[in-house]
Amino acid sequence: MLVTLTINGQIIHVERETPIFEAAKKLGIPIPTLCHHEALKPYGSCRLCTVEVVKNKWPKLVTSCNYPAEDGLEVKTDTDRVKRTRKMVMELLLARCPHVPAIQQLAQKMGVKTSQFKKKGDEQCILCGLCVRVCDEIVGVRAIGFVGRGTEREMNTPFGIESDTCIGCGACTYICPTSYIEMVERPDAPGGRSLNKGELTLDSCPNSYVCENCDREQQFLLETMQVIEKFRRENEKRRSEQKV
Amino acid sequence: MAFEKVDEILEKHGYRHDALIGIIQDIQRLENYLPLETLRHISHRLEIPLSRIYYIATFYKSFSLEPRGRHIVKVCLGTACHICGATQNLEQMERTLHICEGETTKDMMFSLETVNCVGTCALAPVAIVDDTYYDAVTPEKVEKILSNYATESEGIESEKN
Repeated sequence: MLVTLTINGQIIHVERETPIFEAAKKLGIPIPTLCHHEALKPYGSCRLCTVEVVKNKWPKLVTSCNYPAEDGLEVKTDTDRVKRTRKMVMELLLARCPHVPAIQQLAQKMGVKTSQFKKKGDEQCILCGLCVRVCDEIVGVRAIGFVGRGTEREMNTPFGIESDTCIGCGACTYICPTSYIEMVERPDAPGGRSLNKGELTLDSCPNSYVCENCDREQQFLLETMQVIEKFRRENEKRRSEQKV
Repeated sequence: MAFEKVDEILEKHGYRHDALIGIIQDIQRLENYLPLETLRHISHRLEIPLSRIYYIATFYKSFSLEPRGRHIVKVCLGTACHICGATQNLEQMERTLHICEGETTKDMMFSLETVNCVGTCALAPVAIVDDTYYDAVTPEKVEKILSNYATESEGIESEKN
């Protein structure tokens, strides 16, 4: 069922329950976010995508990534209140992770230069939960999860020891916006994933994944191409025989 | 290590995923803490990822992942108790037991914990040992309260012997 809502005065028809974030994207209205990913369910942990929603003449702040579209909803993404709130969130993030390039860039983009809060230290994780969710929803392994609560919350494997369920796919390292999780061979490295390798060899590529000029990769490609070529030739031969 | 009793608990809860917190509570009652191997066992049995169980076990303050003493001493530090001098009581407890808050004595007799309010502010300052509430605790009373338990436990042990 289609519903009609207005975002910054622009009317848009979207499927019911579509998050406002997606609707705004269709209109080309930029909303900053750190914890949202198309492939994953909305989570609403970074609070950067905050927008103002007017429902029954009552304006309120909501996270657009997980707020479902309804009929007659009035969304504003550029009011002073929204800007103030986002700036505050950004300042908090900046105080938490002052040295993370992704955070610095986003802060600069949003016009946040310094944080009014005391720098907490040199944290790299923003607790967006992308890695936890990708491990659960996409990989289906759930090797990592959140630990603790409040200010002590962190992302870790159960008991902080080598996970016996991790398959070493690297999805969490790929999705992490602050590159906090890295593929390491040392289990005691900070934020390191230690992997129970089992039969799987997880040696890192000696050529640092530059496949274009790697002998091994070229050899592999050549073999694959030969197989495809052979298959094609045989197919053509069979067809021509059938015609005859 | 046998998990017969753990399996009994799981049986009691009908292997239901939504009973996870209840299961963990029962295990804590059985073992006095949550051992890694037991959590791993229920993770296999219930087919719940260990990360989820660990998340819940670390989220709630009442769960402990480390072995705790036979008696759990809780000192309330809520507003009412704080005003009535709960901090002095806590310090006295720490001095008497030679441990800090959140630790367990070497003989595994006492664990000292703090809580933020137990809802009995009229009895402030409150201290709880196991399930017994002690009202209007003063630093002088601390030793007496604790000695009850120390002798009692020793008594039980000597009876056994």
